[in-house]
Amino acid sequence: MKDFIEGSEAVARAVCLCKPGVISAYPITPQTHIVEGLAQMVADGRLKCQFVNVESEHSAASVVLGAVAAGERVFTASSSQGLILMSEVIFNIAGMRMPVVLACVNRSLSAPINIWNDLQDSMALRDSGWVQLYAENNQEALDLTIQAYRLAEDSRALVPVMVCLDGYVLSHGLEVVDIPEEDKVAQFLPPFNPAEKLDTANPKSFGLLAGPDYYLEIRHDLHQAVKDTLKLIPEITADFKRIFGRDSGGLVESYRLEDAEMAIVSAGSVCGTIKDTVDNLRAEGKKVGLLRIITYRPFPEELILQALAKVPMVAILDKAISLGATGPIYADLKAAFQGKPGKKISGYIAGLGGRDITPDTIKEIFQQLAGPEVSNQFIGLKSSF
Amino acid sequence: MPEHLLSPGHTACAGCAQSLAARLVLDAAGPNTIIVNNTGCLEVFSTAYPDTAWEVPFIHSLFENAAAVASGVEAALRQNGKLSETRVISQAGDGGTADIGLQALSGMWERGHDILSICYDNEAYMNTGIQRSGLTPTYTSTSTSPASKSSTGNPRPKKNVVEIAVAHGIPYVATASAGFPLDLQKKVKKAMAIRGPKFLHVHVPCPLGWRHEPDQTYQIARLAVETGLFPMIEFENGKISGRYLIAKLKPVEDYLKPQGRFRHLFKPGAEAALKEIQEIANRNIERYGLVKTAT
Amino acid sequence: MRIKLTAEPGSARNNKTGSWRVERRPQFLQKNCSACRMCILVCPEGIVSGKEKNSFKTDYLYCKGCGLCAAVCPKKDIEMVPEETESKK
Repeated sequence: MKDFIEGSEAVARAVCLCKPGVISAYPITPQTHIVEGLAQMVADGRLKCQFVNVESEHSAASVVLGAVAAGERVFTASSSQGLILMSEVIFNIAGMRMPVVLACVNRSLSAPINIWNDLQDSMALRDSGWVQLYAENNQEALDLTIQAYRLAEDSRALVPVMVCLDGYVLSHGLEVVDIPEEDKVAQFLPPFNPAEKLDTANPKSFGLLAGPDYYLEIRHDLHQAVKDTLKLIPEITADFKRIFGRDSGGLVESYRLEDAEMAIVSAGSVCGTIKDTVDNLRAEGKKVGLLRIITYRPFPEELILQALAKVPMVAILDKAISLGATGPIYADLKAAFQGKPGKKISGYIAGLGGRDITPDTIKEIFQQLAGPEVSNQFIGLKSSF
Repeated sequence: MPEHLLSPGHTACAGCAQSLAARLVLDAAGPNTIIVNNTGCLEVFSTAYPDTAWEVPFIHSLFENAAAVASGVEAALRQNGKLSETRVISQAGDGGTADIGLQALSGMWERGHDILSICYDNEAYMNTGIQRSGLTPTYTSTSTSPASKSSTGNPRPKKNVVEIAVAHGIPYVATASAGFPLDLQKKVKKAMAIRGPKFLHVHVPCPLGWRHEPDQTYQIARLAVETGLFPMIEFENGKISGRYLIAKLKPVEDYLKPQGRFRHLFKPGAEAALKEIQEIANRNIERYGLVKTAT
Repeated sequence: MRIKLTAEPGSARNNKTGSWRVERRPQFLQKNCSACRMCILVCPEGIVSGKEKNSFKTDYLYCKGCGLCAAVCPKKDIEMVPEETESKK
């Protein structure tokens, strides 16, 4: 069934189709429409679920942690300050190998306080042990949410998954979205049945103290589990295509990279703008392309190296920055290409705090890429302020 | 089924009243209990990887979120229909209850979850080295409120977390003490029979932090009650419904003197501070009617 | 998941805290015991056992020697004795 809906509504519909037992959230713009939608579904009796209205995002994340440990499928959503307030729990959820699914509606970080879109919030949590998936459009936001449950709850993974969608651009933007049938979702996503849970019939202790004799191995194990999802994600997207007939999600998307002399690497909805610009520049005879990162954690290094192997000039468009250093995707890409000379890799920062990234912004990046190699060049800075 | 639901082999200090109280609580609560624990001594000494002292399901996440994690556990049990047969306890120390964990705890009480929250109050951050908390009593010497030439120790009174709980309108709030084991177990059983949020504040001496001999734990816990410094009281539906009547009221010095954390109060010049502590006890006695008045 | 993150109930028993005891150990004299069970109630390790009068004992594998059982015994029927003397017996 096709519907003309916001990205928030697309995520809410996806969550509803996955039938979580416990949802907990705290209001924050621009995430609120997702949980408002879910609260309505619960109130209407369309979704049989405990909806726990908490007093902070820290508690929202903690409630879903407790609920998933007790054996229920869970969901929460947040943005910006809310996600950062959650961050302590975010790291803890991954360390405890709890298969939580969270929608991050991306928004800038304070100060100055600003409710508009960039990727600084979720990027700040890239080291937390969560799988991070970045949606380009509302359809993908829906599809990734359903895939996220399948991945998180897979006994080979047991890692939490964050589905990231750009605030306003997607969360409040209307697009035509194909809503899957309930029976197909049931076919794709088996019931959540964890091997271990809080159960008086089998009383295990969770969340132990591990000293120097054990901690290193346990963290390595988590690192490996997150990395191993690089193998599971293609398997899951293939199965998704088999059942829903749609290619959606995955690790990376190569767009017109064959014979490209220049490519931009980025993530999220800005890739739609980049694709349009690539098409226009191609029409003018320019050999340009895009590599879209869908799965940012784990970092699909091998696929990126392959996809960009023959592209001599690569620009990374980061909508986030490690202040005092570079954009996060740039840093990862530079590390991936270490010891592989002969390629120009330049890092650009744009769109922070909701500054529009237009086709002209993209063209400027391609123009600058022809010039000297840079690592953290801001695009669109006003000369007078 | 083992005799006790908290096994030996945990690494609590010798004479630790928190380990004693936690075992008494759990034995009273029974095996159909899920424990959610904040970070703190109790969690650290009972769950060192790869072992656990808990004989019931146990989960620890962070310092301040046990009440929220417990809310999630309870919601899951409600969802899968197991709440009628399973009880949830959320527990923490004094810092995890009244300082860093108060927000999550307040949220849990306000939302009406069917959970018993327990504060094991040893009156400072013992796990990190005896730093002052919001429940550290007036003029206690701790590592962050040391008594010295220009200081009489912690300058602020103990936060009344019991009445904060009562103000949430929850059905049952009580205090108990490691010095009154049977009373503690009776209150746990009473709380477990009530549906909705319950709060139990348990006074637990800490030989390390209070600087008394390990074998004095029980006696010191009793003296706190018998001087009026730790009132043993019960509130049901917002009204005081029970109190431990002190048969033979003792001066606060009896309680303070054996403890190193109050040693500075027995040096010349500390008379006013001692008097102030006695006044705190007097106010407790008056406020909660702890002594039978001959009227 | 390769590494197990949960622990089995009561597995802390693997940790024999009796080795902590260096100075004193409780000796249950089993002479004037009234079976009031106070020693069972106050033992922080939960290792004192017994039902009938003069049948109570502790588990030295875990006893840390805190002395609470002796301190609370109303009949003074538990005595703290030097650890060394006892172990030499």
